[in-house]
Amino acid sequence: MSLWVDKYRPKTLSQLSYHDSITQNLRGLSKSGDFPHLLMYGPSGSGKKTRIYCTLNEIFGSSIEKLKIDVKTFVTSSNRKLEFNVLSSPYHLEITPSDMGNNDRVVIQDLLKDVASTEQVDFSNQSSKRHRFKIVIINEADSLSRDAQAALRRTMEKYSSNIRLILVCNSISNIIAPIKSRTLLIRIPSPTPNEIGKILHNITEREQVQLSSGDVDKFYERLALASNRNLRRALLSYETLAMQSETINISSNQQLINLDWETIIKSMAKDITTSRNVSTIAKLRTTIYELLSHCIPARIILKTLLFDLVDLHHENNKLVEEVVSTGSIFDERLSLGTKSIFHLEGFIARSMVVIDKYIR
Amino acid sequence: MDSYHQEKLHHTPWIEKYRPKNLSDVSSQDQSIAILKQTIKSGNLPHMLFYGPPGTGKTSTILALAKELFGPNLYKSRVLELNASDERGISIVREKIKNFARLQISNPTVQDLESYPCPPFKIIILDEADSMTNDAQSALRRIIENYSNITRFVLICNYITRIIDPLASRCSKFRFKLLNSENSLNRLRYISDVENLNIEEDVLMKILSISQGDLRKAITYLQSSSKLSNMNDDDDKITIEKIEEIAGVLPDKTIDGLVDLIMKKRVNDIVGFINDLVLEGWSIQQLIDQLHDNLLLDDKVDTRFKNQISLLLLDCDKKLNNGTDEHIQLLNLVLQISKIV
Ligand SMILES: Nc1ncnc2c1ncn2[C@@H]1O[C@H](COP(=O)(O)OP(=O)(O)O)[C@@H](O)[C@H]1O
Ligand SMILES: Nc1ncnc2c1ncn2[C@@H]1O[C@H](COP(=O)(O)OP(=O)(O)O)[C@@H](O)[C@H]1O
Ligand SMILES: [Mg+2]
Repeated sequence: MSLWVDKYRPKTLSQLSYHDSITQNLRGLSKSGDFPHLLMYGPSGSGKKTRIYCTLNEIFGSSIEKLKIDVKTFVTSSNRKLEFNVLSSPYHLEITPSDMGNNDRVVIQDLLKDVASTEQVDFSNQSSKRHRFKIVIINEADSLSRDAQAALRRTMEKYSSNIRLILVCNSISNIIAPIKSRTLLIRIPSPTPNEIGKILHNITEREQVQLSSGDVDKFYERLALASNRNLRRALLSYETLAMQSETINISSNQQLINLDWETIIKSMAKDITTSRNVSTIAKLRTTIYELLSHCIPARIILKTLLFDLVDLHHENNKLVEEVVSTGSIFDERLSLGTKSIFHLEGFIARSMVVIDKYIR
Repeated sequence: MDSYHQEKLHHTPWIEKYRPKNLSDVSSQDQSIAILKQTIKSGNLPHMLFYGPPGTGKTSTILALAKELFGPNLYKSRVLELNASDERGISIVREKIKNFARLQISNPTVQDLESYPCPPFKIIILDEADSMTNDAQSALRRIIENYSNITRFVLICNYITRIIDPLASRCSKFRFKLLNSENSLNRLRYISDVENLNIEEDVLMKILSISQGDLRKAITYLQSSSKLSNMNDDDDKITIEKIEEIAGVLPDKTIDGLVDLIMKKRVNDIVGFINDLVLEGWSIQQLIDQLHDNLLLDDKVDTRFKNQISLLLLDCDKKLNNGTDEHIQLLNLVLQISKIV
């Protein structure tokens, strides 16, 4: 039995819901039998990967789903052995450079050269062989080192008739300009709460999920917003809710699923607001250690905490302004420094001072 | 042409398809081209360094020059192209250059000699040379000395300051300028005609303004927008909106909306608006650039605030360069601006 995120993942362009004009564009691209290198960007869970595979399905047919995983080894110049996964079908391969650490440049070069310098010929049609290009999907392209990105530049031109790259990332700010000028940028916004609602509703019917009486649309909307419009998260939480009880209570005072750590940070924000003193700081230090030891990155803790504070005090303009400014400073210290606990604690202490100033 | 090669050509991006075939096709770089043509006549060639912004014709020029010198038959055995996509550990570069330089110079046929100068040396092109380390560059200097009797080196880079002086000083330097808009426009118009595009003059102008003198960018935008436009027949027109979407530029309306909230100091709405922009996936860097233009190149903001706004933009830029969170920094920037206006 597969999870709903997989079970209800659209397989073809015609099954895709929302962002119809993007779907149109992708259909256009696949029909012309040719497209430029692509750079797909947008928040996590907005449907980037799904759209890519639907497009490839349109071009190459369903054998694009016959995926196999190869473990490739690469020997670095310092004679270290490096293993990484390559996901592939007869028509494409997919790599995730963060698997490769500092060696991303050499590994990608090596791999691409290999693919790019062999012409792809399709013999399926006996009478006339057809020219083909091979697709290479690069995940998390924004985490590629500058070096690796620079190395992609000329490769993208030189072998352009043999390969097409599809770069996938959340933010294009870290992609160097020469790459942006060699690719077609496709932005995938997060689906709206309404669009997520429709997808959830469809699943309710297909899975015969039992809901208590009440405003269903409102419930879907709350679920969408609680997931920050991340479709994958919305689907996962909905499935969890459905597993937890025979009938889901959809009334608005009913708690939705939050991730544990998010709940914890929310209550930290409350503590910071209500008991602004040294013993709270000490208590929260323990909480932070706990979170860090569960591999929640310090930057995520800071960001979540900051936005929870903004949320709590949204009617107090001056306070919001100052707490955001404080957050921006400590965010920078986190990026530059090494001892993240100091900066998180510093942020908490400063926030208490700020709140003190505006709340009596 | 058989269908296989036709299809292959069809799969060739326009920046390759419309790469200048000979020196006369290279536009806007008149001075450099004139000198280069002169050198062809003289039959000798110095080591050279081409520098200038991306998409101004550097790679195209050297490829064209090499073709004019040797013609298609000799090209392969006389020209070696290395670039940042190749392994640049200096030992490998040395090895490759050594092997290439050592190969016996193949003799031109009578026909070759009739049509091409075929001077008795080989050309080694090091494209994107500014991504080589300083150590590699120093090593390269010695390599150049060792082989200069039979080879000419051509280094290509964006920033001449990244090339160490002992290397740069051995080369004749050619600066490639940003293309002027008339020449770029002509090139775009020419491609649009050959490709039968339905595109109006003001849209071509928009492409040029967004690509800021980078003809590669402009041609990529043109091809992308045409790819997106020819799928439904009633909508094959290339519009300004399509170009903007492809280039990742936010619509003016959105920026105006944000500026409006800033002016009215609506903190709560700003928080929501920024959150939406982030979820829409917009590039924050791009947004900040556009915000900069909107606030600073316009008269709606009093001059005495402009200084302060520039400082805030600088501060935000610095923080983002330090790898900070885009959402937090953008929100802070916008709230700080709304505080002072
Ligand atoms: N157009 C769509 N219609 C319905 N469900 C979708 C659609 N796009 C994505 N999904 C669902 O959302 C999940 C996450 O999508 P995915 O493409 O992996 O997002 P991203 O690559 O942007 O992180 C998928 O597993 C799929 O179940
Ligand atoms: N001066 C120019 N004249 C004509 N076309 C140009 C010129 N500069 C750039 N182009 C176009 O832009 C593309 C990229 O040019 P290229 O020579 O690779 O730029 P660079 O090496 O300077 O980054 C070429 O394929 C060509 O179509
Ligand atoms: Mg170049």
